[in-house]
Amino acid sequence: MKHRTFFWFFLPSGLAMLLFIAFPIVSVLIQSVYAPHEAVLVTVENSGPFGITKSTSIDQEATEALRAAEPLGRFVGSQIYFDRGHLAINELASLWQTTETWGDFTSRLGNLPFYRALSFTLTYTFTTVPLLMALGFMIALAVNTLPGALKGLTIFFSLLPMIVTPIIGSLILFWMIDSRGVIGSLLQYLADDPNLSLKASTPLVWISIIVYGIWHSAPFAFVVFYAGLQTLPQDTLESAQIDGATRWQQIRYVTIPHLMPLVTFVALIKLMDNFRVFEEIVGFNAEAHATSLSWIIFNDLGGETRLLSSASATSVLTIIGVAILLSPVLVRTWRDFNEKSH
Amino acid sequence: MKHFKLALLSATAVAAFATTSYADGHANCGIEAGRVSIVGNEFPAIQTIGSGAKACASDTVEVKANLTADHQKINVAGMTGNPAEYTTAIVANSSIVALMNEDVIRPLDDLVAKHGDGIKPNQLITVGGKVMAVAFMANAQHLVYRDDILKEAGVEVPKTYEDMLAAAKVIRDKGILQNPVGGAYKAGWNLAQEFNNMYIGYGGQFFKDGSAEVSINNEQGVKALEMMKSLSEYMNPDFLTHDSNATSAEWKAGNVALMNMWGSRTGALVDAEGTAPEVIEHTSLASPMTVGGGSTAATTLWWDGWTVAKNISDEDAEATFLAMKAAIDPSILNETTTPQAVWLIDGYEPSPQSAGVFGAVEMAATPYPMLPYQGLLHTALGAELADFMQGKESAEQALADVEAAYTAAAKENGFLQ
Repeated sequence: MKHRTFFWFFLPSGLAMLLFIAFPIVSVLIQSVYAPHEAVLVTVENSGPFGITKSTSIDQEATEALRAAEPLGRFVGSQIYFDRGHLAINELASLWQTTETWGDFTSRLGNLPFYRALSFTLTYTFTTVPLLMALGFMIALAVNTLPGALKGLTIFFSLLPMIVTPIIGSLILFWMIDSRGVIGSLLQYLADDPNLSLKASTPLVWISIIVYGIWHSAPFAFVVFYAGLQTLPQDTLESAQIDGATRWQQIRYVTIPHLMPLVTFVALIKLMDNFRVFEEIVGFNAEAHATSLSWIIFNDLGGETRLLSSASATSVLTIIGVAILLSPVLVRTWRDFNEKSH
Repeated sequence: MKHFKLALLSATAVAAFATTSYADGHANCGIEAGRVSIVGNEFPAIQTIGSGAKACASDTVEVKANLTADHQKINVAGMTGNPAEYTTAIVANSSIVALMNEDVIRPLDDLVAKHGDGIKPNQLITVGGKVMAVAFMANAQHLVYRDDILKEAGVEVPKTYEDMLAAAKVIRDKGILQNPVGGAYKAGWNLAQEFNNMYIGYGGQFFKDGSAEVSINNEQGVKALEMMKSLSEYMNPDFLTHDSNATSAEWKAGNVALMNMWGSRTGALVDAEGTAPEVIEHTSLASPMTVGGGSTAATTLWWDGWTVAKNISDEDAEATFLAMKAAIDPSILNETTTPQAVWLIDGYEPSPQSAGVFGAVEMAATPYPMLPYQGLLHTALGAELADFMQGKESAEQALADVEAAYTAAAKENGFLQ
């Protein structure tokens, strides 16, 4: 393709990417290195239905002048990235000095919001992604062997978990595992313990969310793999059968290698998606047991006093996290591409 | 989200109704022209205010309302633009602070001077001598109990949290209820609010005098947390996921005999829908409890009121003031609306539902502080106390975490150096 043609061909998508991807990232970056001005506080007398009290308030006129002089706020550089709400450098250093064993260090690390969120986010991502791909693959194989008339119906029902909005789906499971819900009561009956509560135990909450995550995302892996199965080279498969390959050997040596590019694709998408786990935590009311980076952003923006700079810093850290997570897959794809083009 | 949709639907329905009653509404509100746009929380009393303001709609006056539980996530953003999307926000003593911090609401002195007749002086919320809001109702958390269960157990109505614990033990030991205590202890805002109550009850101060420097890691703080922990042992084990709604549902199902609950929610506890008959008959209200031998009620006093946006034309501001004033006119009080709240409006006759809130006022309970940085502390408490409640760390460690989280946030927002 000529450079000129390429330029005009690429221009619309390039502009859209600039507008919807690059600019927002730049904006978030800028917001994360600026913080609100130092508040000018005054003591005032307040009165209302409950009498008169002395209180503190912000001097709006003085603050107005500060804001007009520097509308972006006060430049703080990387301060917010390193404070306790994020990477917590000072806290990490003092933990390192005061703790003696690794176990103690990691358990105290869970006390810092960023690392607590990261530990759940990573556990969630690395357990759900392989399991949902395995489950999706098995469903795809099973559906592929069904007679034609049943296929359409089965595909439709298999896709339902993905169609249900995550917040609704997780709320439904949340109510089912309530100590007065269907699953919660059943477990109490089976364990013969009337005080057993899934929602009061951190490991059980994590497992519930992970099970939900697999249930919700398996259909995505299923459709992609099912589509891949339709392009299986029949002659290779037939020759394998003639050679006496068992069903397992056919899957292992013909089907899986054929689907490998799709496995990479599903892994990429789902690693990215699951690293941003959020609705599940809200739906399960799980913030006492499990938080994620996205949940921290939500919490910073949802309080009575918003922490915009803090939320921006967490957003940037999330982007960096996704980049690190995807780098092995991306590097591999790049190598494959180079090998093919040479 | 569902609530939001419902609120929108009902808002549309009310709007349609309001247009038909235009002649009447117009005559009462005295607005020539303008735009009124309300954002606020959604509970019955505020729905009443919303529809009251909508009655002022006419060909020249546009009135709309967005009443949602997520109001404080959208009100600052919706009032920052010029002209602001919302001309008024219905707020409480905690949420007005965010609007004042961002300077998006206007002083109402001139409008009160011009149109303020009929508004009582104690309804005017003044900050540093300027009227910033007009309050229409009072609210507080207080004791709600089941008189039949207390009688069966042979215990008195608790006056202190220590009494409450003792009563809960008797009720459990006699096998009447397994988890007799209810409480909105959901991690986040609710849990933080329960800590605030208890800490105030023990006589604690949140900040070093006159500064934004937090000081809660002290004896009172530890005692407050330990009391909360003891209470939680008599609660449904899922208590860290129970907000006011879920706690009310437990009450309505008859699973709970004692709880600290919002006055504005007591009406809904005994409505016929989904409530066990014995609960309707035997739900009783009492004043807030004290704790640790102190005389200060372990609760906070709240007002709900309306503000007027800064970034709107004077005409719209006047229209908004008049419409909101009409919405809190004494004429709105009737059989349905009177029990919805403890109204601060003239002509309000206390109903049985108001006993708890009046009790709080009589005990001279502490109003929730209107400090610019109180919200940051509230958020930090909500995020950091759950570990202690689960027994994962000591009270001192939890309070140290709260202080550290608050300090980081306060530094970011320019309240601390």
